[in-house]
Amino acid sequence: MLQKLFKFKGGIKPAHHKAESQGAPIAIAPLPGRLVIPLSQSAGEAAQPVVAVGDRVLKGQFIGRAEGWLSSAVHASTSGTVVAVEPRLMPHPSGLATLSVVIEPDGEDRWLPLQAPDYKNMSPKAVLQYLQDAGVVGMGGAGFPSHAKMQNSTVLEDLVINGAECEPYITCDDRLMRERAGEIVAGSRVIRDLLQVKRVLIGIEDNKPEAIAAMREAVEAMGETTFSVVVVPTLYPAGGIKQLIRVLTGKEIPVDKRSTDLGIQCFNVATALSVWRALNLGEPVVNRIVTLTGNVEQAGNWEVLIGTPMNELLALARPKADTDGIIMGGPMMGISVPAFDVPVIKASNCLIARSPALFPPPPPEMPCIRCGACARVCPQELQPFELYWWSRARQFDKAQAYNLASCIECGCCAYVCPANIPLVQYFRFSKGEIRAAAKEQKMADSAKARFEFKQFRAEREKAEKAEKLARAAAAQAAKLAAERDTPPGGESDTAVYAADAKQAVIAAAVERARLQRAETDSRDA
Amino acid sequence: MEILIAIAVMALGALTLGAALGYAAIRFKVEGDLITGKVEAILPQTQCGQCGFAGCKPYAEAIVRGEAEINLCPPGGDEGAKKLADLLGREFKPVSGGGDGEAVKPRLTAIIREAECIGCTLCIQACPVDAIVGAARQMHTVIETLCTGCELCVKPCPVECIDMVSVPETLATWKYAYPIIPIKSAERAHDVPNNVGAMNDTQSSHRKVA
Repeated sequence: MLQKLFKFKGGIKPAHHKAESQGAPIAIAPLPGRLVIPLSQSAGEAAQPVVAVGDRVLKGQFIGRAEGWLSSAVHASTSGTVVAVEPRLMPHPSGLATLSVVIEPDGEDRWLPLQAPDYKNMSPKAVLQYLQDAGVVGMGGAGFPSHAKMQNSTVLEDLVINGAECEPYITCDDRLMRERAGEIVAGSRVIRDLLQVKRVLIGIEDNKPEAIAAMREAVEAMGETTFSVVVVPTLYPAGGIKQLIRVLTGKEIPVDKRSTDLGIQCFNVATALSVWRALNLGEPVVNRIVTLTGNVEQAGNWEVLIGTPMNELLALARPKADTDGIIMGGPMMGISVPAFDVPVIKASNCLIARSPALFPPPPPEMPCIRCGACARVCPQELQPFELYWWSRARQFDKAQAYNLASCIECGCCAYVCPANIPLVQYFRFSKGEIRAAAKEQKMADSAKARFEFKQFRAEREKAEKAEKLARAAAAQAAKLAAERDTPPGGESDTAVYAADAKQAVIAAAVERARLQRAETDSRDA
Repeated sequence: MEILIAIAVMALGALTLGAALGYAAIRFKVEGDLITGKVEAILPQTQCGQCGFAGCKPYAEAIVRGEAEINLCPPGGDEGAKKLADLLGREFKPVSGGGDGEAVKPRLTAIIREAECIGCTLCIQACPVDAIVGAARQMHTVIETLCTGCELCVKPCPVECIDMVSVPETLATWKYAYPIIPIKSAERAHDVPNNVGAMNDTQSSHRKVA
């Protein structure tokens, strides 16, 4: 099927560096000595641990319960013993530790008895719940819980399956499409049925001819007429959701809208496969394909258990002696991990061994020369130089006015900048400050509301008390008046009784005044 | 004669416009004090009283009346004082009262050492934002996400079981630092894998070898 393709503005063509790792088939990585499984692997809330130190777990067993809707479950990646539930370093640019479950494998790698759900007869809501419990998250690198993307609140038309894999060095999706195309297509079909879309577009960059052929064959074998494998030109960042949607459908997503508002939802090929595995085999996400490349002797792709320490994994590719760090993800958008032994997580698509020769330290930042090169390559049609000036000057409201929020942090601007300005770092800084300020504002608003309510409550209590006192006094007066009017017995009796009552009222009033004074005193103190 | 007509026309015009303005003044009357609301929105709503007023709203009112300086709010910091200066067209003054500009206090939260709490409810009464729960002769506890760190609960506690602790950084609160590469001492420069995290600048270095 011939399809008209569209173009997005800008983009760059960095050296691919894919040949190193794309040749060899996916190999299964051996069991590591220890598995460290962080409980916050996806966007949203961290999972809550449901195992304790000393517990025996089986492969695929629930170890972290999803906390709230935007959260995803975590499972044991192999059978063994839980030796610690404690904060451990995870691959995150902050270098902060998060609660993790440490498992010592028993070497058997024994699965929990798997039971495939009868998803065809389940309600869509139950299927989403199942996917959440199976820990299915976006495998392309962002780690957004997949079930949260399948809640179709709007009518969708197109499903985009993202096999573009535009970043240099990464080849895990390429190998996956070559070797497991059938499962990917089957998974895409499940997502199509869940979202009830009319068309499925599988976008693959034209530098992966084998993957394209394999996917076409799989689609044909399934006999799916709603599917089409679309070859898109190789241009970074064609694999960005917004860029891929633009290329495939010609639709541009406005600043304040999401792709679903235009009737399009997008999933990565590896995510489609995870969905298939979860629903067809009942298998939760316990492993993923990771590209090992960069400064290594033998680059390749490995099927890796989640939680495998990166240094143990990278050893399989034989890193060269001058390796001085690991980049998780691609060279454009990846992060330098804070230590060698941080674990592989669900979003780890690629590990690049760093060396000073491969990634020399960034040259010193020079003043912006207003050349506009960054604006020409920005795939989001932003003006990075404006954003940079405002970010540098900490004028965040101005940066927002120039649509900083639309920046996808692809790094094209920093790549072409002749002044070596780390533009994306500035944008990330600005975004962080803006997010923090918004959060603080929200907290301040709620604090104000609570403060005002407390004051209102104090006023109300005061008013209620005054009213009660007034009522009591009135009742007392009425009673006294009534007693005076109808004397119950002899004259002398009445006089004594009235005097007593009068005394009692005075005593009560004195007592009340004393209490009130004590109260105001304690409040003033 | 002409002069009378002219006077009459002008008088009629004045009456018509005056009536229209008078009607508009009643019909489109703005409720509440707008500027006070704006000032209050800038204040951090900790209700801590460090400014010398009984809360953020009284302080905002005092600022608008011109009775208070704009730099009396330590939780708002210089950032807040700058915003107030912009809004009110007043001269900016650093909160620290001169000296080194950045005088923002780190955010604190109150923690009750629960074993020592006697359940006197004094801190509950002191908390301006209802962030402490408990009842008479029952243990009290601070809802940390609601605590503004105003320290008003510390003093009333008769057994001194309330501590102010700094809020630890988590993945949810962490943010990227301003991208100035810090100058490292010679021995620190060696532990590269431990401090490259915040500063991954492979985009430009990738280009140099591509």
